[in-house]
Amino acid sequence: MSTTETEEQRDGGDAQDGKDLGAAGAQLSTAPREELTGGPSLSVVGWVRWFWRQLTSMRVALILLFLLSLGAIPGSLIPQNSVDELKVRTFKETHTTVSPIYEKLQFFDVYSSVWFSAIYILLFVSLIGCIVPRSWQFVGQLRGRPPGAPGRLTRLPAYTTWRTHTEPEQVREAALAMLKKRRFRAHTVGDAVAAEKGYLREAGNLVFHIALIVMLVAFAAGQLFKSEGGKLIVEGDGFSNTLTQYDDFRSGSLFRTDNLVPFTFKLDRFTGTYEKSGPQRGTPRTFEAGVTYSQGGGPDKKSVIQVNKPLVIDGTKVYLLSHGYAPVVTVRDGRGKVVFNGAVPLLPIDNNITSTGAIKVMDGYRDKDGKKDQLGFQAFFVPTFGGAGKGTMFSQFPGLEFPVIALTGYHGSLGVNAGLPQNVYQLDTAKMTQFKDAKGQILKARLLPGEKMTLPGGAGSITFEKEVKEWASFQISQQPGNGWALTGAIAAIAGLVGSLFIQRRRVWVRAVTGEDGVTVVEMAGLGRSESPKLPEELGDLALTLNAEAPTAPDSSDVPAEGAEK
Amino acid sequence: MTLAAATNENLAHISNVLIYSSMAVYTLAFFAHIAEWVFGSRSKVGRTAAALTGAGSAAAPSVAVRVKQAGGTAVLDRPKVITRSAAGTRDVPDGPGAAGGTEKGDLYGRIAVSLTVLAFLVEAGGVVARAMSVQRAPWGNMYEFSITFSTVAVGAYLGFLLARKNVRWMGLLLVTTVLLDLGIATTWLYTDSDQLVPALHSYWLWIHVSTAIFCGAVFYLGAVGTLLYLFRDSYENKLARGVKPGSFATSVLERLPAAASLDKFSYRINAAVFPLWTFTIIAGAIWAGDAWGRYWGWDPKEVWSFITWVAYACYLHARATAGWKGRKAATLALIAFGCWLFNYYGVNIFVTGKHSYAGV
Ligand code: HEM
Repeated sequence: MSTTETEEQRDGGDAQDGKDLGAAGAQLSTAPREELTGGPSLSVVGWVRWFWRQLTSMRVALILLFLLSLGAIPGSLIPQNSVDELKVRTFKETHTTVSPIYEKLQFFDVYSSVWFSAIYILLFVSLIGCIVPRSWQFVGQLRGRPPGAPGRLTRLPAYTTWRTHTEPEQVREAALAMLKKRRFRAHTVGDAVAAEKGYLREAGNLVFHIALIVMLVAFAAGQLFKSEGGKLIVEGDGFSNTLTQYDDFRSGSLFRTDNLVPFTFKLDRFTGTYEKSGPQRGTPRTFEAGVTYSQGGGPDKKSVIQVNKPLVIDGTKVYLLSHGYAPVVTVRDGRGKVVFNGAVPLLPIDNNITSTGAIKVMDGYRDKDGKKDQLGFQAFFVPTFGGAGKGTMFSQFPGLEFPVIALTGYHGSLGVNAGLPQNVYQLDTAKMTQFKDAKGQILKARLLPGEKMTLPGGAGSITFEKEVKEWASFQISQQPGNGWALTGAIAAIAGLVGSLFIQRRRVWVRAVTGEDGVTVVEMAGLGRSESPKLPEELGDLALTLNAEAPTAPDSSDVPAEGAEK
Repeated sequence: MTLAAATNENLAHISNVLIYSSMAVYTLAFFAHIAEWVFGSRSKVGRTAAALTGAGSAAAPSVAVRVKQAGGTAVLDRPKVITRSAAGTRDVPDGPGAAGGTEKGDLYGRIAVSLTVLAFLVEAGGVVARAMSVQRAPWGNMYEFSITFSTVAVGAYLGFLLARKNVRWMGLLLVTTVLLDLGIATTWLYTDSDQLVPALHSYWLWIHVSTAIFCGAVFYLGAVGTLLYLFRDSYENKLARGVKPGSFATSVLERLPAAASLDKFSYRINAAVFPLWTFTIIAGAIWAGDAWGRYWGWDPKEVWSFITWVAYACYLHARATAGWKGRKAATLALIAFGCWLFNYYGVNIFVTGKHSYAGV
């Protein structure tokens, strides 16, 4: 760490340092000054000005930042509506005393709550109020020139001196040339050369803070214009990106339907593989959805969507969310006429994809008397049954190794004509009658592929065909502003690196003729903060300059502090 | 489709043996460090007390200026660079280190460092063997995070030593916490070697998780510096006020670097890691965008990464704000690291979210 040793006398005291440096030390950064502003004056304008000055001070920025991190905490410990509504509901049921209080405090919607919004909006107002004047100030600094040398260079954090026979003017010229070559902004003021370097620090800092604003705006715009919907597709089926095709759909308040990118895609094949043995048996290994898609009526293209690899079509992303099985069944009426044939997607209820669902025959079915009726079946499906003759209807493995379907049947009104939206995976049996067997027991059967359950009284039959398709559900989302957010993020990191790794520093070289006619060269450096690099750099510069203005051989005595002008 | 090759039980076993061996070697390093501190405490170097009052000599570090002359290089009178501390800081030289300038202490210190190097190599071997046994990046559960985490922390420490930075003062504390980390990893967090679920199959795993572990490990070194800064600073304050600190405190604290040096050390670390941490969060958001269909969903892990980020931003701001420099800023830095720790242990174990790879 620091091997720096320090000068022994510190007579002047700290207060004097500032005075000594004067303009030379000022404005090395554009950070707002922490002045001890008094209270507001009593006029309205006075109050507003006072409030604004407080809001844009570093101190308040600090407090707001702290509040922001503090305010984010409850949202990570209490279930959030935006993440999992079901969890919120269970929480409310089990914590009846605190829930009303939490509700009042908007603890179930922390990140869209009034108070959280207030914190970050204030922070960003403060940020803008801080950035704008700082940017102007910085432009001013760029236009101006580094301030001239302070009276006593010995006061500066790094200092060096020597005597030389080279003329002062030549020394200054050499110093100016050297500093310019090292890409300092340098000029000669009076008897000294003033130079400054590392403006990128300030620029980086401003870029970083501006990039934060860009990211916030992009994020907000994304929320307003975004759309997001889900769709479950069985192998062989397709989807076209219009509102009516979605199973569910959400959008931001400024979204319009014609913002949807026109494309279609078809799920050719879904592949899921699982660990076959060992303690991790059943853990998923790969999920892949092979699709064929076409954009705006263009040519068909093939692609594979994986959990981590969405398909991107003109800014719209198609994500693979989940998957399950869709056994193919055929339902016949009493005369053997096929009234339903197709794959029925069933919803998984555990990790081994034990699935449930409903098979609904809405029209085309007539009972044995030829009367119109509707059929409904509750289905339980396991891709891997425990084994013949043993095992419950809980799957032992998520892969399709020993599929079995268990069915019970109903007839009557499915209730689909009532106009109410209905869950396709659930059977509303309120107006239906369950089929019973000859002994009056509930009719139910476990079927293997190819097997058939005959309905009593010539009501027909249902067959589990020797085919089980897979389905996959997709999330289709588009959110404009992502490009801006990413640009902002990259700019923020670049700015941060500039801001934190670059030192802004000033160097002065003074050369005057001493009392004995020998030239006294003095060099000093000042940085924003102490840095071991500054003395090193100064030494380096001194070394270079010393080559052009060699040390006078007789200089046994180092000039006293007051040797300057 | 392609079923990744089964985990190699043999390599997994080798990895476990290596991790346990490294713990044994770290334990030896721990005792060597203890010996270093003990022998160091017996030294009677008339070291700091006098220096603390500010009567140090003015032997300024000089920069060699060699003036080339025809026929050889003659060293003439060189310009000496004299440095001054910034206004308001104490002029206190760094302590002599744990060995306290004693030869025996120094010997044990060197032994400790050598043992740490050995333990580091063994532990790194354990991490690599684990990675080979599962044929993926060894960052799928908390056991794997933990062993990588301490390997990186020790690696960074040794890197500083190699770069001739004065960091040996943290050796004992570091080795102790590494043992703690490995102890927790092998007893409570242990998970059999296994492959990843599909959601983790992504090159973002390499990018996001490796930088996250690196940030945490190096932030940790910064936090050690900050903690010791707080102790050393109050010790120096006491001396400046003429109060005599307890003899144990004196013995330990006088051997540490000056408060200003410790503060600078941890600031540099935190400032250097902060952009990388920013990158880690952004990379995580991009990955989440690919894997879960949204970039930011206020998942507990995301929330705590954000909190940690804001807390470090707070610290950096505090250092630029009058009245907040020094101890207050240091406290903020410790809070920020506390947030990181909670994000690691707390969120992984106690809070359920999408990031539930704890494997416990
Ligand atoms: C959105 C919230 C903000 C974040 C995340 C943030 C973050 C940061 C970070 C990480 C730094 C460190 C860079 C460095 O040390 O050079 C920094 C510096 C700085 N920030 Fe902010 N900032 C925020 C808001 C503000 C506000 C509201 C102000 C105005 C009062 C402000 C003024 C400054 C200044 C002047 C510096 C430079 C300090 C220095 O030169 O060391 N920041 N900010």
